[in-house]
Amino acid sequence: MEYSLSEILSSYKGTQGELIPILQKVQAEFGYLPEEAMNRVAEFCRVAESKVFGIASFYAQFRFVPLGRTQVTACRGTACHVRGAPQIVDELKRQLGIEEGETTPDLEYSLETVACIGCCALAPCLVINGKVESKMTPKKVKELLTKGGQV
Amino acid sequence: MSFERMKREAKEKREALRQSKKPLILVGTATCGRSAGALDTLEVFRRELKSRNIDAEIIETGCLGLCYAEPVVGVVKPGQPNIWYRNVSAERARELIEGYLVKGDPLADYALGSTEGSVEGIPHLFDLPMLKPQVRRVLWNCGLIDPTNIDHYIASGGYEALQRAVFEMEPEEVINEVKRSGLRGLGGAGFPAGRKWEACRRAPGDEKYVICNADEGDPGAFQDRSVLEGDPHSVLEGMIIAGYAVGARKGYIYVRAEYPLAVNYLEIAISQARERGFVGENILGSDFSFDLDIFQGAGAFVCGESTALTLSIEGNRGMPKPLPRPRTTEKGLWDKPTLLNNVKTFANIRWIINKGADWFAGVGTERSKGTAIFSLTGKIANCGLIEVPLGITLREIIFDIGGGIPGGKVFKAVQTGGPSGGCLPVSLLDTPVDFDSLTTAGSIMGSGGMVVTDEDTCMVDLARYFLDFTEKESCGQCSLCRLGSSQMLEILRAITEGKGAMEDIDLLIELGEAIKIGSICGLGQTIPNPVLTTIRYFREEYEAHILKKECPARVCRALISYRILPDKCEACMICLRNCPVGAIKGGKKEVHVIDQDKCSRCGVCMSICPERFSAVECIPGQLSEEDLK
Repeated sequence: MEYSLSEILSSYKGTQGELIPILQKVQAEFGYLPEEAMNRVAEFCRVAESKVFGIASFYAQFRFVPLGRTQVTACRGTACHVRGAPQIVDELKRQLGIEEGETTPDLEYSLETVACIGCCALAPCLVINGKVESKMTPKKVKELLTKGGQV
Repeated sequence: MSFERMKREAKEKREALRQSKKPLILVGTATCGRSAGALDTLEVFRRELKSRNIDAEIIETGCLGLCYAEPVVGVVKPGQPNIWYRNVSAERARELIEGYLVKGDPLADYALGSTEGSVEGIPHLFDLPMLKPQVRRVLWNCGLIDPTNIDHYIASGGYEALQRAVFEMEPEEVINEVKRSGLRGLGGAGFPAGRKWEACRRAPGDEKYVICNADEGDPGAFQDRSVLEGDPHSVLEGMIIAGYAVGARKGYIYVRAEYPLAVNYLEIAISQARERGFVGENILGSDFSFDLDIFQGAGAFVCGESTALTLSIEGNRGMPKPLPRPRTTEKGLWDKPTLLNNVKTFANIRWIINKGADWFAGVGTERSKGTAIFSLTGKIANCGLIEVPLGITLREIIFDIGGGIPGGKVFKAVQTGGPSGGCLPVSLLDTPVDFDSLTTAGSIMGSGGMVVTDEDTCMVDLARYFLDFTEKESCGQCSLCRLGSSQMLEILRAITEGKGAMEDIDLLIELGEAIKIGSICGLGQTIPNPVLTTIRYFREEYEAHILKKECPARVCRALISYRILPDKCEACMICLRNCPVGAIKGGKKEVHVIDQDKCSRCGVCMSICPERFSAVECIPGQLSEEDLK
């Protein structure tokens, strides 16, 4: 971690305005914001650690726990909602046995919801490892997750 | 290279493409196309054409806005009109290659329409009911050009407005033209753009900034993303002209990190614009210099508010500045005068400079000039992105352009303006869509989300849904916004769970009005809108939840029941096996019955019951004694 963190920081000057872009880079590298990394960023930008944590906890993009290998993101946008997103989210929770924002203990799956991925015409939709699955039903959720005996 | 030469070369390239002896394939690969499988389609064209030794040009374009027809593909055979096809899956792509490219049958059944000429049996693309009433300015190039190729933009008249502004107009003249056009901020609030520009120009200080707000956070809205993915240079050109007009040397595009493709296309566009001398030092050889950077928003709805947005770029939590606060045009980013406009506002600028203020104001209403873009979604036949003249009615948008409600269902309400907007009922369908009329009706233009709902949408649940969203997004500074929204959400939850009382309705109204007064930013001031408008127009639904303990739209779980119709049930065991809580009793050749006490009302049985039986029914309220017999 030490090496890649130094590498990330080397392309910045260490001003406060760079805090959010740096945290985004760190998360892109590690998949989440490890505590040590946030402390290093605070030192580098010459701000209090609480300031860095305050920013990281304010913005929805930042995570403090690692993600699972398979990332399942359910859209809860308006169009998805009126077309049945709540049932989709429930089915996901039931199949995976975790709540929103959690990762399965074997680090295989993590489940998140987002306000809108902007594929409203294809609602309700999911994103599984970056691939959008459109026009979902509880039945399709089950099929998707059991494909290849993954669950 | 001079601009004249760039223009000539870009047009020559376009002409060469048109006259080419090779077929041209245009695949819409914006985010919406991709989610419908456009990348697979693209791959099939690449592979299949290569293996058949067909030399063709394949171009990736943005989105035409016909989301219901994605993936959309345009095919141009040499000397033939362009034919646009709908729902081109990988399978259909192979059929098009074999059928049209090889055998010459244009496969009219799959066609949406044609452009640049007619083909028998295929309508003209822009005569389609969804496209005909549109006035496409901001969306002019979207879906028709390659957004990653600056020459396509230049060939369509791109950067001519910048050239004209910088060499033929004083900054004040540019501002005057924008003022005269009547353009209003298209991010939602509708503040006159020219006045904002003038205020920023006049604000003292040498260091000024231009910011493009592309933090499109409204659930149900994707028009900014589509413009950035379809025609990013039109936004850059507007920003650079704004920089010239207000006297700024630096611009930021604040774009959601959730829009990776838009970020990627913007990066490409900025670097191409820099190479060609539209961005950077001494633009086009003039003494005007302007640079552009992208800032990726980290996911906070409140950052759409201008003071929160600038604080976020500065590396802070995005919490709106307390009142009284100076205007952003006077003290914005790093406390310097800052001009902040929405993506669509900037994309309109080139039209105003090229065609003049009078031409721009030729469409629209007395007080709302020009066009607006809406993401038309929800329970609507033709989902998509539309650009319409301001003043068009909701009815025209929903029934003419949108094609009405699918599945023979009945229209209930249209939600405009996202979580800050309101729900308008059938009686207001003839309301003209402009900034003032929508506000009078209790909703707002907002950034352009338009979600249509039908008889199966519960308005109490929809209000709860929006509150659930905004309550989480409240930054927490104002007590009424932070605590009031939580209280409203609690009350709405209780109502949807059948635990509401009649006085709750008055309490919601009282609390809603208080939150509006007691919040310092646009987020808090509009949080109660979805609740207040649904109470105003759909009070009977609230009453049914409270008094009859029924959800008329059959959405709220605590207030509905599922039952299996004995005369339809074929005892196939499918629902019984799939019920997650084991609430279904029965067996082979024994009609199934749902144990109402065990049933969690998840609806799996209804979604899984084979369509030919359709034996599961959902009804509002509880089953009566008679039903249970």
